[in-house]
Amino acid sequence: MSIEVRNLRKTFGDFVALDNVSLDVPGGELVALLGPSGSGKTTLLRIIAGLEPADQGTILFHGENATDRPVRERQVGFVFQHYALFRHMSVFENVAFGLRVRPRKVRPSEGEIRETVMGLLGLVQLDVLADRRPSELSGGQRQRVALARALAVKPKVLLLDEPFGALDAKVRKELRRWLRRLHEEVHVTSVFVTHDQEEALEVSDRVVIMNEGKVEQSGTPEEVYDRPATPFVYGFLGDVNLFHGRIHQGHVNIGESELEAPEWAHVSDQAGVAYVRTYDVELAPFASGPSSLEAVVRHIRAFGPMVRLELDLVDGGRTIEAHIPRARFESLALGRGERVFVSPTSVRVFAQPT
Amino acid sequence: MRWVLITVALAFLAFTLLLPLVLVFSQAFSKGFSVYWQAITEPDALSAAKLTLLIAAVAVPVNMVFGVAAAWCITKFDFPGKNLLITLIDLPFAVSPVISGMIFVLLYGAHGWFGSWLMEHDIKIIFALPGIILATTFITSPFVARELIPLMQEQGTDEEEAAIVLGAGGWQTFFRVTLPNIKWGLLYGLILCNARAMGEFGAVSVVSGHIRGQTNTLPLHVEILYNEYAFAASFAVASVLTLLALVTLALKTLVEWYQRRSAHDLAEAKSTPERMAA
Repeated sequence: MSIEVRNLRKTFGDFVALDNVSLDVPGGELVALLGPSGSGKTTLLRIIAGLEPADQGTILFHGENATDRPVRERQVGFVFQHYALFRHMSVFENVAFGLRVRPRKVRPSEGEIRETVMGLLGLVQLDVLADRRPSELSGGQRQRVALARALAVKPKVLLLDEPFGALDAKVRKELRRWLRRLHEEVHVTSVFVTHDQEEALEVSDRVVIMNEGKVEQSGTPEEVYDRPATPFVYGFLGDVNLFHGRIHQGHVNIGESELEAPEWAHVSDQAGVAYVRTYDVELAPFASGPSSLEAVVRHIRAFGPMVRLELDLVDGGRTIEAHIPRARFESLALGRGERVFVSPTSVRVFAQPT
Repeated sequence: MRWVLITVALAFLAFTLLLPLVLVFSQAFSKGFSVYWQAITEPDALSAAKLTLLIAAVAVPVNMVFGVAAAWCITKFDFPGKNLLITLIDLPFAVSPVISGMIFVLLYGAHGWFGSWLMEHDIKIIFALPGIILATTFITSPFVARELIPLMQEQGTDEEEAAIVLGAGGWQTFFRVTLPNIKWGLLYGLILCNARAMGEFGAVSVVSGHIRGQTNTLPLHVEILYNEYAFAASFAVASVLTLLALVTLALKTLVEWYQRRSAHDLAEAKSTPERMAA
């Protein structure tokens, strides 16, 4: 089932949580809402679930207006950040809850409930723990019980609020892969909220990046990572260096150096910022053209396949970061305090709002 | 220093709690068991005991419903006037019980605001059972709500939201999710509420009229006997109330123990230790 969000607005007192947000989630996709805390992503998720009313705007489920539909009729599965498992019930009863509270006419028989619940617990690999209380489970196990519980009612939409937020790094990575596989198996339209860019890029079919109650960009992980639409997205996804300078007829002047910016050919003398990914730089012992920036090596981290260097620009004294392949680093034979020339190989320039 | 404090505390407890407790029973039995038995089985005493039980049987359930409803709406919803409601719940604790009794007399007494109307319709509230029940219910109203509000605040609304998303209705959510989570706190509140309902003196004394065999509760009966210099009988009836207090104390301790255990579960459920491999 597809979800369409149209011009949603939500305020809490003076705080604007969502400011004219529109969004399309095609049926069967796994979409990540990515943004820093306070960007409105959880509020958006709760409004889609019906747990929070919107001030303005509409929500369409499968093309039908669902804005005023009560929560219990929306057929959504919601996985809460802290799981919200019923702590006085066993794992089995937690998962069975959604089936047991149905009106008698549509309630499955005890046998059917048992079959469904055990099937789901098998899917999340927890069938052996069916009689345990939530307090006896680890964080990762609780997370999977919460997922099984949400799936038990056969939701048309699965919503997950920071599903891996409270888990440690290793468990997180495992569950991430597992969620991806689960989604391929059940194929229910899913939206999950996260502040972890790596998580969003790795798991989802489509990423929606939010900031201060607005959607900054939405697209496939490749699109948003390789072609960020706004400075915010550039800064939020991956490591990036900022060069402040003046845009003038297709160039950006940064101190003595000059970077190409052909998309700004018709602008003359405007403040601008050049964004350069840390791995989009070439280091050389000599200046190789007008785009080379002179710098001094300040710090070297030489473990792993990419060597990370901190460089102080001679002009302006700013510190930038460069990631270069180990082989290249070794052929340059750089040491701390040595001079080097930095040439950006891929630049994206944004005009600075005045 | 520690021993000094402990000694002071124990001495204080001995003089203010233990000694009176011993005294109640020694006085009660001072004239032998037959006098004791007579005092507590005499018709006026039995009628007072019955009345006390009846009052508790009405006041406690009423306050259970009120307390749960108040705690539920205060902790699960946001609405204007919420702080005012929280303050109002504490009012019976803040006001002297005698004043509470007086207020009811001023409202429903013969010369009170509703006095003439009540008289016309031949409804007796003051110096009758309804007045005693009203006063007791008022005095004991904060116990359940006071006990539940912090508990429900700590538990938050996550589980209720989860239940609603899964398709549960309001009553289903309450009986299947909220109630099991608050049951020990509720029981604790009810025990305290019951103890106070049976022991309340001040407010009841004002509205009851002390009519023997009709509007006399156990605490009032104790006072009447005492004023008539029937010390042994007075203490015999008092010992019944004291026994009730001791039973309450035992129950309270038991419930506290269970409550701590479920609070432990709550803390466990909130933290997410990776004790076992996920």
